[in-house]
This record gives sequence, C-alpha cells and structure tokens, in this order.
Amino acid sequence: MSNVLVVAELDQDGNLRKSTLSAITLARKAEGALGGGFDVLVLGANTAAAAQELTTFGAGRVLVCEDASLAHYVAEHFAPTVAEVGKGYKLVVATATTFGKDLMPRVAARLDAAYAGDCADVAAEGGKLVYKRPMFAGNAYGYCELSTAIQVATARQSEFAAAEPSGSTSPIEKVAKAAPSGAAARVEYVSLDAVTSERPQLTEANVVVAGGRALKEKFFEVIEPLADALGAAIGASRAAVDAGYAPGDYQVGQTGKIVAPSLYIAIGISGAIQHIAGMKGSKVIVAINKDPEAPIFQLADYGLVADLFTAVPELVSALRARG
Amino acid sequence: MKILVAVKRVADPDNANRIKVSSGGDAIDASGLEWKINPFDEYALEAALRLTENGASPKKREGEVVVVTMAPKEAETTLRSALATGADRAIRVEAGDDDLDGRVVAHALRKLVEEEKPDVVLMGKQTVDGDSNQVGQMLAELLDWPMATFAATLRQEQDGSLLVGREVDGGVLSLRVRPPCLVTVDLRIVSPEGVYSSLTDPSFKYNEGVRFAPLPAIMQAKRKPLTVRPLSELTDVALTTKYTKFELPAKRSAGVKVKDVAELVQKLTEEARVL
Ligand SMILES: Cc1cc2nc3c(=O)[nH]c(=O)nc-3n(C[C@H](O)[C@H](O)[C@H](O)COP(=O)(O)OP(=O)(O)OC[C@H]3O[C@@H](n4cnc5c(N)ncnc54)[C@H](O)[C@@H]3O)c2cc1C
Repeated sequence: MSNVLVVAELDQDGNLRKSTLSAITLARKAEGALGGGFDVLVLGANTAAAAQELTTFGAGRVLVCEDASLAHYVAEHFAPTVAEVGKGYKLVVATATTFGKDLMPRVAARLDAAYAGDCADVAAEGGKLVYKRPMFAGNAYGYCELSTAIQVATARQSEFAAAEPSGSTSPIEKVAKAAPSGAAARVEYVSLDAVTSERPQLTEANVVVAGGRALKEKFFEVIEPLADALGAAIGASRAAVDAGYAPGDYQVGQTGKIVAPSLYIAIGISGAIQHIAGMKGSKVIVAINKDPEAPIFQLADYGLVADLFTAVPELVSALRARG
Repeated sequence: MKILVAVKRVADPDNANRIKVSSGGDAIDASGLEWKINPFDEYALEAALRLTENGASPKKREGEVVVVTMAPKEAETTLRSALATGADRAIRVEAGDDDLDGRVVAHALRKLVEEEKPDVVLMGKQTVDGDSNQVGQMLAELLDWPMATFAATLRQEQDGSLLVGREVDGGVLSLRVRPPCLVTVDLRIVSPEGVYSSLTDPSFKYNEGVRFAPLPAIMQAKRKPLTVRPLSELTDVALTTKYTKFELPAKRSAGVKVKDVAELVQKLTEEARVL
C-alpha cells in the first residue's frame, strides 16, 4: 500500500511536464517516514503517453483519470477527483508550479488537510514529516509539522532534482472521475494564450539570461543574441514585465519563477529583494550594471560595471569568436 | 456588487533581508521593521475599488467594499487606511498570529462570507511574509465557489460574470467565473488596463499602481464603521500547522568585479567553468 500520492502535471497537448519529477523526488524522500511507497495520479483528456512515461519511476501504481472535461486544467474539475483518490493516502503532493499552487490548497481543503506549500525540503523526524519552507522572500526558512490525518504539500522545483527512472515498471490502473462540485458549474475555461519558445524552460535551463527595466524596448534585441549564444532561457525582472518589455511568464522572483541554473546573468537589474528571492540559488551569478552600487553586486560572483548596450553585444561577439 | 477583501499586515517586505531569528531559533524577529499592508492585498483592494466604480468617476462607489483582517488591535491602522482609500466598512477579527494558520483563517473567512454574502471575495495571491499562497484556494473550496487565482486582468461582463486573465507558467490562461466567486490577484492587476467594471469605458486607462487616499478621506475614514469580532465566534477549527524552528539562509557573498568583457569571459571559462 502506497502512502504518498503524486499528482502529475501535463501540458495542453498531454505531454508530461518535467516539473512532475520534482514532486516524485519529494515523494521518495517522504516514503522514508511514511513507508509504503508512492503512487502517481494523472488527469487529462489524453493521458496515454504521459502515463506510460510515468511507469518508469518506481511508483506502486500509475492511476489514470481520463475524461473529456479534463482537457484543460481547471481546479474545480480536477480537485474532486484528486481529493477522492487522495483520501486513501497520508500525503498528497505536486510541484509548486502555477498548476500545483492553484490546485493543491483546494484539494487540501476538500480533504480537511493542512498544506505546506513551495517546500524546499522534507525530512522525517520521529516518524513525522517536517517540511522546510522558504518564507519572507527566501530570507528565512521555517520548519513546520502538519497535524491533520492527511497532509498536502508542494515541492519547489529548483530544490528537488528531477527524479531519475528507477529501472522497474509500474502498473497502470484506471480511476473514475469524481462527481464535479457545484463550483464547477460556474467556471468556464476560455483560452490559453501561450508564450511559445524554442528555448529551454526557464525553470529547467542550465543558463538563464535575465533583463531588467534598463533594457527598455530593446529587451529582445539585446537579450536574444546572448541567450542564443549560450543556449539560455530568458528571464526578466518585474519592472521589465510591468513595462511590457517582456511577457509575465518570464518574471523571476519571489512571486514569479524560482530558478537555480548553473549560470545566471542579470543585465540591467538592480537586485531588489523580490528579484533575488528567485535567483539566488544559481550556481554562478554574473551582473552587468552601470551603477557600481547596485545591490545585485552584493551577491554576484562576477560583476561588470558597464553600459549594457555596449557590454552585451561585446559579450555576444566574444562568445561567438570562441565558437 | 458587494466585494469582501481580505487583508493582512506584514513586516516591511522591502527590508525582509533584515529579519532575524530569535536566539532559540523558534521565532522570527522582525523588530525594527515597519508594518505594511501585504502588497498583494493592497492590489486586491485596488481591484475591488475598480470593480465597483466607473473608472472615469471614481468618487461614486457602485456597491460595497468591505475589508477584513485577522490581527491584534494595532492592525486597525491598516484597516483605517483601506477605508481612507475607498473601502466602505471594515471588520477586524481579534486574533494573534499564534492563533492562526492558513486553515484556521480559511474557516473563519468562510463564516464571515456566509454572514456578509458578498458577490466576490478578492484577496492577494499570497502574503509576502509566510509566502504560503493557500488561503484563497482553501476558502473557495470551503464555500464551493469557483475561483480564479493569480489574476492579472479582470473584466466584468454585462451579465455580471468576470473574465479573468490568470498569469500561469507558459502564458495567460483565461477563465470566466460567475459570482459568487473568489479571485486572488497578481502584480499586474494594478496596471492601467488591469480591471474594468461593466461601467468603465473600455478605452479608459487607470494610472499605474494603486490609488492613494486624499487627506480629507483620511479624516473621514475615522468615522467609517469598523467592527471587531472574536475569532471564536467564527471558527473552532484547531491549529494544524506548527512551526518548530526557523533559520536564516546561508548568505551569498559578493565576488569580484571584472574590468571588461574579455576578463568576464576568461573568468567564466577558466575559473567558474560554466562556459
Ligand atoms: C509584492 C511585490 C512582488 C514583487 N515580485 C517581484 C518579482 O517576483 N521579481 C522581480 O524582479 N521583482 C519583483 N518585485 C519588484 C522589485 O521590488 C523591483 O521593483 C524590481 O525587481 C526592479 O526591477 P529592475 O531591477 O529591472 O529595475 P530597477 O530597480 O529600476 O533597476 C534597473 C537597473 O538597471 C541599471 N541600468 C540602467 N541603465 C543601464 C544601462 N544602460 N546599462 C547597465 N545598467 C543600467 C540601473 O543602474 C538599475 O540598477 C516585486 C515587488 C513587490 C512590491
């Protein structure tokens, strides 16, 4: 009998989101305390490929709920089934993407469970789970215990490495969709205006090049060649997004995406607390800023005080010259 | 339309790097930091005001905006400034931080919503102290209401439905929710084209950000109704989240300044080995 249920996240086309593998890593850590292994629940209208892929991670079972009403993610349609299946577990987890953050507290309320969101770690102490959570924009960690019969948690993707396949094969089982709640009748999916890009995902990229307010309308003109030269994902500060220079999906920070690449290059970004919260876990941080006093230099491994409009093109040429 | 806005005060988020942990490691010490309204809640209030007015004549409120907080008496300052900004009425639920966790707050709000019967509950997507991002979703489920979290745009349609643009990983997802419903707001909701009530002309543009209370309104706010409720009247749910320990993260120290692009490339290649 498994004690942990992992809720998988699929994209619009039914592909498994790699973020799910971080929740599996959390589940594997939690099994230590709870015993019994974990199952994975996949919901969608077109789940076959994702379910197949999920059989390789050592789950006790891969549970599949396929229904036309699950084609697009809407919490009111997903939560009843996740809670119905989740009843049989001690811990229900997902990754703290916007999917997990939207869905899981709702599931928790349905299960009368307490919720630990955006966890950086989980450990077993005396048979109990202790969740480590970043708080105050990452300026403190709190360790908390939940005392409800069922617990619900989400994993911060940058803190839980993607699970590797286990070498075994899990059986796939179908589960029925639970009756929708009253709330579902008053919500309608309208559209997804997707930001499409050939670049690596911001939260999974090895290199991130991020631009701030200073880029102005030249955001892409300046940042893209550098991102191309490095095979990097592109990020942005809130100020750059608010001003419309970059899409909202690019925002890095406390309330945007949390990234931890090998290399993070902050260009024309001052280094506000809320921005730092989203990137200070990066292995190497480079800052290019014309203000030698900019707070970003207090944590940058390599700082270049320069006008970005000359420094960045120079950097691109230097990288291209290296081949 | 009647809107209930839930707000919380937090230790000044722009100085969050100055918080400390008590010597025993069992509490956060935010002494020396000013209390501020949680920025996302401030945005929720702005969204509520925009939804209950014609943007071109914001002095006239079409409907009612009620603000609620759960906190000790000092937090009435936060409520008074919300009243000065335009809210009509305030409720303070008498409670200390140690009496509350996300689940308790959601249950207490549920009872208040059942009493107040708002058409819409608006709140910030998260408080920037606990960074939990849970109460709105829990409350929506307890009420069996539809929700739209992380809202960057809100359009009130002629039939009263709300068309909500949610900022999600990968783009903007639009949902249509029919009141009674709950919306949690994200940063961009206070952009010039963030919120349109059905009265506001689609070509109208707000100023960027939240509005500020004019001086006379600050005086008048003292006379607006503020009621106090004991937490025990609203819920008897027990605390189920217990923080046992806090710690500060390892500090990153400043590295070196390089003199030019050539030195940067050399360092990244030979020293950091990331290229
Ligand atoms: C509730 C809340 C949540 C927030 N969440 C986030 C978040 O998730 N992510 C986030 O990023 N911010 C967030 N913020 C905003 C944050 O506080 C800052 O306002 C924002 O990060 C500033 O962005 P910036 O560094 O691009 O702009 P600025 O602070 O204006 O900095 C611009 C920098 O560019 C430099 N510069 C200008 N011209 C040049 C040039 N020609 N060459 C080189 N350098 C140049 C300047 O010296 C300056 O340092 C949040 C704020 C609030 C209130």
